[in-house]
Amino acid sequence: MENKVKVCVENLNVHYGEKQALFDVCMDINQNEITALIGPSGCGKSTFLRCLNRMNDVIDICKVEGSIKIDGQNIYDKDIQVEKLRERVGMVFQKPNPFPKSIFENVAYGPRIHGLAKDKTELEEIVHTSLKKAAIFDEVKDRLDETGTSLSGGQQQRLCIARAISVNPDVILMDEPCSALDPIATAKIEALMEDLKKEYTIIIVTHSMQQAARVSKKTGFFHLGNLIEVNDTETIFSTPANDKTLDYVTGRFG
Amino acid sequence: MNSNSLKISNENLKRRLNAERRFKFYGVIAISLALIFVLILFTNIISKGYSAFYRTLIEIKIEFNDKVQPEMFKQMSDTEINKLDLYSFSKKNIYSNFPDIEKKSDKKKIIKLFSIEFEEEIKTYINKNKNNLGNTINLYISASDDIDQIHKGNYSRDIPEERRRVSNFQLSIYDELVGQNKVKFEFNLPFFSRGDSREAELAGLGGSLIGSFFTMIIVLLLSFPFGLFGAIYLEEFSKRNRFTDFIEININNLAAVPSIVFGLLGLGILLNTFELPRSTALVGGITLSLMTLPTIIIATRASLRSVPPSIREGALAVGASKVQTVMHHVVPLALPGSITGTIIGIARALGETAPLLLIGMVAFIVDVPSSPLDPSTSLPVQAYLWNDSAERAYEEKTSAAIIILLSFLILFNLIAVFIRRKFETKW
Ligand SMILES: Nc1ncnc2c1ncn2[C@@H]1O[C@H](COP(=O)(O)OP(=O)(O)OP(=O)(O)O)[C@@H](O)[C@H]1O
Ligand SMILES: [Mg+2]
Repeated sequence: MENKVKVCVENLNVHYGEKQALFDVCMDINQNEITALIGPSGCGKSTFLRCLNRMNDVIDICKVEGSIKIDGQNIYDKDIQVEKLRERVGMVFQKPNPFPKSIFENVAYGPRIHGLAKDKTELEEIVHTSLKKAAIFDEVKDRLDETGTSLSGGQQQRLCIARAISVNPDVILMDEPCSALDPIATAKIEALMEDLKKEYTIIIVTHSMQQAARVSKKTGFFHLGNLIEVNDTETIFSTPANDKTLDYVTGRFG
Repeated sequence: MNSNSLKISNENLKRRLNAERRFKFYGVIAISLALIFVLILFTNIISKGYSAFYRTLIEIKIEFNDKVQPEMFKQMSDTEINKLDLYSFSKKNIYSNFPDIEKKSDKKKIIKLFSIEFEEEIKTYINKNKNNLGNTINLYISASDDIDQIHKGNYSRDIPEERRRVSNFQLSIYDELVGQNKVKFEFNLPFFSRGDSREAELAGLGGSLIGSFFTMIIVLLLSFPFGLFGAIYLEEFSKRNRFTDFIEININNLAAVPSIVFGLLGLGILLNTFELPRSTALVGGITLSLMTLPTIIIATRASLRSVPPSIREGALAVGASKVQTVMHHVVPLALPGSITGTIIGIARALGETAPLLLIGMVAFIVDVPSSPLDPSTSLPVQAYLWNDSAERAYEEKTSAAIIILLSFLILFNLIAVFIRRKFETKW
């Protein structure tokens, strides 16, 4: 049974100044699934991911063409409010980047600016559930007023996940969320994603084939700005249609 | 690897180590030289200036008489007492402390041992003690600046009499008073509360302290908000184009402009065009703000730039707007650096003299200013003015003014260091 298409990318071309970083990318991403993006360094995975919540807007030289529809709505339409879009499409970065504020504030910030909580108790409620969903609540419940930066790397990353889900997004983008983490923390975050996909659509960039194979339902392979192939993860890792994909997943280049 | 290969040194390594040693040596020399000069400067200023912080008082006896009775003061208010003419009464009483002196010219010389304001000091004493005055009172009044200098040992007695400001006769009287234990030192409080004066023993820093204070308040009020928001706009919001490049170059140039140019600007625009009141802390403050502004902008921009982009991205990614991102996350992190830059800028402005000379803050002003709109001087200008005065007593005051100025500068810099250490986030 196929899930419903959540994100539909068509003819996406991205330029950084003169340099083109993505060429005619078309891709459908299903709801309540984990989609993995793999490919050698510099092939445009992060660029692709950042197009989905328009984080590329802040880079002056970045020009995006094509359309990205989320629930049928083109997010590059003129009347789209990026703040609203980013509320619906959360992002977790490669390097954990908690605010240098208290753990509580880190998670409370999003709901507060979007006015998601009517009063303090509601805000606390949101913070607690977000931390619980990110599987970090038990570790930090006694020190919510310590700064987020005082946590360990893995805890910081889960705090960032809690921050991303605190505004109750539909889609969560994760850019190599485990690259700075040890296997135990990685396992925790993978388990977490497994949990989160029931409610959210997750797109994850990863350099680890094993991780892609473990967590994702579908995998897309990027090479030099082109989306070479996207298919069920099993297919990609066993019988890919393209030779480059085969070479990459079997470790012959990249 | 041969087990000895780490011990055998070769020529190349020796040369490298020698170069390293030489480099360290040069560094130590440079630092020691700098320290020695600072030390010399401080010893010189402190040894010259510390004596301004105390003053000489001479004890005299006052006897009330039929006309000037202690009882009559009880009903009078302070202002009424201050309005009384007690000049000849005070003078006669001072004379009667020296019954042996009869010649009129000698009596005049006696009066010269005391501060010119002896009458006011006696009135002040009466005011303070008006309810329990006996028929005779003993009180200390200020010595004249020359006696003050002699008592402090700043003024050599070996100079021939005709070139000395204190005659042999006055010296003998002074020695007599010292012998009777009637001369004492006291902490020089008036030095901090009084304005400038032509009489060295009365001249104080109060006016210029308050003037500097008002000036710095104006500088702070103008340059901090403008500098902060200017820097935020330039760094976070403005698009890079020719116009902003032009502004950027100009701000950097502005920081390097000699301060006197700002004085000319203040003179030409603030005084001549806008006709703001001359010699005031307001004009001085505006002029110095122009000088401080680029420092603050540059410091603030540097600390805005040092806030890692990942923090901005984190905020943007949860849906914060650009302004929210900057105001909630970036500015709070940049604020310590900005405040540090502001304090250092203000410290520089506090020590600035040249622009103030041009806008007339160099006038001789006796009254302590009560608002930024009153004519005033500032600390460094006061030092400059006193340094120009002929009397010996101004020498220690000049150094004392510099001591106070330097103390403020050191204090400001310590606060800046403290803020940086305490509040700056390390990444
Ligand atoms: N801000 C930028 N300005 C200019 N060029 C950029 C910028 N960001 C990325 N690029 C270029 O776009 C191309 C794709 O970069 P991107 O960061 O998307 O790669 P990636 O697949 O995420 O690589 P990695 O796995 O190393 O993170 C690269 O060639 C890079 O040089
Ligand atoms: Mg990347």
